[in-house]
Amino acid sequence: MIPKALLRKQRLWLFGLLGLIAATAVISMGLGYASLSFDRLIPTFLGQGTFKEEFVLFSIRMPRIAITLLAGMALALSGAILQGVSRNELADPGIIGINAGAGVAVTLYYLFFPIDAGLFLYLVPAIAFAGALAAAILIYLAAFRRGSGLHPLRLVLIGAGSSIALNGLMIVLISAAEPQKADFISKWRAGSVWGADWPFILALLPWLIVLVPFVLYRAHRLNVLELGESEAIGIGVPITRERAALLLAAVALAAAAVSMTGSIAFVGLMAPHIAKRLVGPRHQLSLPISVLVGGWLLLVADTIGRNVAEPEGIAAGTMAALIGAPYFLYLLIRR
Amino acid sequence: MKLTGRPRRAAFGWTMAAGLAVMAVMFAVSLVFGAKDVPLRDVWLALFSGETNEQILVIREIRLPRELAAMVVGAALAAAGAIMQGMTRNPLADPGLLGITAGANLALAVGFAFFPALGYFGMTVAGWIGAALGMLLVLGLGASRRDGWSPLRLVLAGAAVTFFLYALAEAIGIAFKVMKDVSMWTAGGIMGTTWRQLAVVVPVVAAGLTVAFLYARQLTVLSLSEEVAAGLGQRTVLVKAALSAVVILLAGVSVALVGSMAFIGLMVPHIARALVGTDYRRVLPMAAVAGASLLLLADTLARTISKPYETPTAAIIAVLGIPFFLIIARRGGQRS
Repeated sequence: MIPKALLRKQRLWLFGLLGLIAATAVISMGLGYASLSFDRLIPTFLGQGTFKEEFVLFSIRMPRIAITLLAGMALALSGAILQGVSRNELADPGIIGINAGAGVAVTLYYLFFPIDAGLFLYLVPAIAFAGALAAAILIYLAAFRRGSGLHPLRLVLIGAGSSIALNGLMIVLISAAEPQKADFISKWRAGSVWGADWPFILALLPWLIVLVPFVLYRAHRLNVLELGESEAIGIGVPITRERAALLLAAVALAAAAVSMTGSIAFVGLMAPHIAKRLVGPRHQLSLPISVLVGGWLLLVADTIGRNVAEPEGIAAGTMAALIGAPYFLYLLIRR
Repeated sequence: MKLTGRPRRAAFGWTMAAGLAVMAVMFAVSLVFGAKDVPLRDVWLALFSGETNEQILVIREIRLPRELAAMVVGAALAAAGAIMQGMTRNPLADPGLLGITAGANLALAVGFAFFPALGYFGMTVAGWIGAALGMLLVLGLGASRRDGWSPLRLVLAGAAVTFFLYALAEAIGIAFKVMKDVSMWTAGGIMGTTWRQLAVVVPVVAAGLTVAFLYARQLTVLSLSEEVAAGLGQRTVLVKAALSAVVILLAGVSVALVGSMAFIGLMVPHIARALVGTDYRRVLPMAAVAGASLLLLADTLARTISKPYETPTAAIIAVLGIPFFLIIARRGGQRS
């Protein structure tokens, strides 16, 4: 049974984070290369802005804020699942090579198939998912050993190595491409939120609408899996099936997110840790908090990145690494 | 020991000779093939005569310095990797994975952003300083009090530091609008090496390799165990400091010349040990020769896979390196 006080605390954090996200989003709306001052925000919302103000707000800032929020949420949830299933607090879709797998698939698709502008958009997450799944299976097989299961550090190590190699493969692939295509892929690798427009959000949203409730519904199973193999079997959880379903969801969430934003690591690492600090280790409580923290983190990272260097800005993925890598080192030292 | 020593030494001589022969062949191959294939006769004339025509000029001024750079850098990185693996007793050590290249890369970004007037030699020195800082950071973070440098922790710390330093370099590069200079320097790879750059790099690498060979004996002892080394009267702190300095020298100058290049320092020492055993007096020269050959091969592939475009050599090395990495990681993981 979950103590009432804890439930109330979690609810408070949920609302607190929603407020924080709303506040950050408003700040983010008023900051950027094209000027749109804060006192013009409300008139523009109400339809009294100039054409330029409306364009900046509705076609540039808002879609970008929405996509970073959604992607951050998906990455955080993916990281939380990976950490729970592998019982490894260092797991993150970017660090263990899932993003890089998605990247290779997106690169191949982008380079070798004719791009039909309308369809391309909605296919990208699926293509990314296929690549990420292949990479995940490869890494899982390499790190899994009969008897001892998934060794946490070995999983991260093999994933990190695979991530470097898959990135190398992407560079090999784009080296023969036209400069424009090569440029797109290298921006993708830096995590520069290329899909900042409403159709991209429509392409990403279905994945979240299906997967987030699916994972939240299974939060208690994640608790059991985190206890360990024998305990889970003892309680009567079909671990192979549960583990496969949850991992599949984690891969799909990460792939869908990075297919729209480019490779972003460390958000999936940090958000679950912060959430557990706030409301404790029960997944049914911590997962919703993780999701909100992840969305907020990426929004903050992107807002800072967009504004510290003008006009092109520092990629959100780069900002996330600047914030997240020291955190990873801190976790590594503490163990 | 004495009884088996002699035949082993003879065998080592042959292996070394074979290695040198492979390197010579790779060198010739790398000069012949490229965006434009050149007949072997012209290569010969370019190397050993004073004659000139258009193709000979291409070889002398473009391809020859480039392939010499590939050899020197390959040897330097492989030797640096071998020293690191011996010193940390860690089969996964590699300058590219342990923060050294990322540190040098960051130093270049800082150099371009704040001291744009440094010049080639100044940038190389900056690269060294960055390499030293990156390495110290990773070795410091990866060491735990109980078991020294555990292989897995060291590599993970290296991966995170690398992520961080590259991100920092990119942020500085974009914020100060020097991204193009940095990537011209690093992503260009071996392409566009000039004789003037070689005049700086070759003596440094030669000096570094010489010092490494002088310390090879101590390195062998150190690679067994810290206690054994100390028990045999070795001043381990001094030896480790000297060897670290060599690693920084070799890796730093390599980054300054060709940019980041992971996995060479990881793979080649393993190949060398498989060929000549675990005595670093043999491993180091073998690794240097094998590293030179491998980078010549990779660079030739880089120039020919998608003619007339160039594939970055580092990417080819990364793709070649991953099966190696996975095998070693699986084996290395067993111990911890």
